[in-house]
Amino acid sequence: MDLLLQFLLTGLTTGSIYALVGLGFAIIYNASDVVNFAQGEFLMIGAMSAIFLHRLGLPLPLAIAAAVAISIAVGLLLEKLAIEPARNASVVSLIIITIGASIFFRGVALLIWGKEIYGLPHFSGEEPIRLLGATVLPQSIWVMAGTVVLVGAVKYFFDHTLAGKAMRACSHNKRAAALLGIDVKKIMLLSYGLSAGLGGLAGVLVAPITYMTYDAGVMLGLKGFCAAILGGMGSSMGAVAGGLVLGVIEALGTGFISSGYKDAISFFIILLILFFRPSGLFGKSGGERV
Amino acid sequence: MRRLSGFFGLAAVLAALPFLFPDNYYVTVVGTTAMIHVILAVALNLFMGYAGQISLGHAAFFGIGAYASAVLTTRYGLNPWLALGAGLVATYLVSLAISRPILRLKGHYLAMATLGFGIIVHIFLVQADTVTGGPDGLSGIPPMSLGPVVLDTDMEWYWTMGGLMLATILFSLNLSVSRMGRALFAIHGSEVAAQTMGIDTPKVKSQVFIISALITSLTGSLFAHQQSFVSPDSFGFFFSVELVTMVVLGGMGSTFGAVVGAVLLSFLPEFLTVFEDYEVMIYGAILMSIMIFLPSGLFVAVAGFASRRLAAGRERRRC
Repeated sequence: MDLLLQFLLTGLTTGSIYALVGLGFAIIYNASDVVNFAQGEFLMIGAMSAIFLHRLGLPLPLAIAAAVAISIAVGLLLEKLAIEPARNASVVSLIIITIGASIFFRGVALLIWGKEIYGLPHFSGEEPIRLLGATVLPQSIWVMAGTVVLVGAVKYFFDHTLAGKAMRACSHNKRAAALLGIDVKKIMLLSYGLSAGLGGLAGVLVAPITYMTYDAGVMLGLKGFCAAILGGMGSSMGAVAGGLVLGVIEALGTGFISSGYKDAISFFIILLILFFRPSGLFGKSGGERV
Repeated sequence: MRRLSGFFGLAAVLAALPFLFPDNYYVTVVGTTAMIHVILAVALNLFMGYAGQISLGHAAFFGIGAYASAVLTTRYGLNPWLALGAGLVATYLVSLAISRPILRLKGHYLAMATLGFGIIVHIFLVQADTVTGGPDGLSGIPPMSLGPVVLDTDMEWYWTMGGLMLATILFSLNLSVSRMGRALFAIHGSEVAAQTMGIDTPKVKSQVFIISALITSLTGSLFAHQQSFVSPDSFGFFFSVELVTMVVLGGMGSTFGAVVGAVLLSFLPEFLTVFEDYEVMIYGAILMSIMIFLPSGLFVAVAGFASRRLAAGRERRRC
């Protein structure tokens, strides 16, 4: 029982990160129909920037704020310089563009930071907290609480602000949204900024636990893609749920089956879900428009 | 004959290169690697360009072929050709088993499913170290013999891979004017429309998937013997991405587009090594810029421009 609780807590921690990456995926996908394979790189950029700004002597909160600003800037540049000029390209071309972007970001990170492994200090100590027979790092609580706050904020943004509603309108029908006076270009830009900011924050939150390298974004990005698919592509809250489910499955797989095969287990589950419920756990299965 | 003029041109270039540049590293070593990539890209183009699907896991089939050959010849002393056959059988069974459920999916879901499949196979290659040698891979794969000739020099591999490459290209070109090719193009256009025309779309899609997988696996087996060493690094997610990039870079749906894309991406790293630390960054930037400015692909865009110019020239002469 204690063991199960321990796995659950570990799973929810990683799951929270997957949820944030998945949410970032969903936001960009909804606004621009692009599957952004550079999503994981936003985490890497956020985390690496925070680590280095902190090393330069900036206090942690300031370093984090600056790091998130950097990832937002990168997200905006990505949209402006790479996605917008190619907006009429096919889905596959857009996938290649974002893959190219992710390779580019990794190349830049490699140039600046090299291949070493870096860590960020834990936000509030490394003394594990005992909880019903399981232990949990304070940083895990930061991750989980941070995710709850961020997801809540995104939900509020989509439901109650003008910009959020405009973004939802764009995801339904861009032309109709444009006719209603919504500046679609600006909304696209906003969606990349939002998604990159979320990614950067997620990277900062998880950096103290997992450490960072220039190529740490790849697997995180793929897992976020998994989370988004699991929840049903295009559903933001579905992606969050998908991320949490994925994290827990992975933790249970690691604990009870094998840690070497943990990624294989999560991808296997994804395949099963795709085979039997292709629209994801929470997505609406609709007919194909001809 | 006109339809195959490109094919004969390529064959002539292939035959002439070793005589024009004898013992040239870029012809024998990089050239052979490029030809391997061409075969893989042309095979993937059947599935992606012709049928309009996407696979982010084709490296898995390359790996299954390579590892079948590597494991069976080093650990069990099997004849390389039998091992190659065993790899093909394994690939056939795997691709047959996954083709139906996977090919029901479309777009991003299909991308995710094939990506997941590729990653699972890669993890298996890394983790099942008692069989596959784990992350270190397997070395000492014996050379292969083609009749009386033992393939163990760069030049011999150049001709072998060249022959297989030409055969694959010819197959691809002929497929495009066959009944199956037309069915694939119809599916690319609209699956529903293809179905109403009486095409058994699930069957045709899974056939082309399996054909593509088999060619990939065959090349993998030869690759293992050519390198005499395999490690999981060669068969990971990035290689799948690289293959897709080759197809898209040249221009989806065009056989010679896949050829151009594969050759380009094989030589690019050779030239980028002069930039040392900037290599990865420049590679990403080139990838992005080609797709942004020529979304239909390099070869298709250039060929389209050239044929328009030719047509315009002919038009002017007629007046």
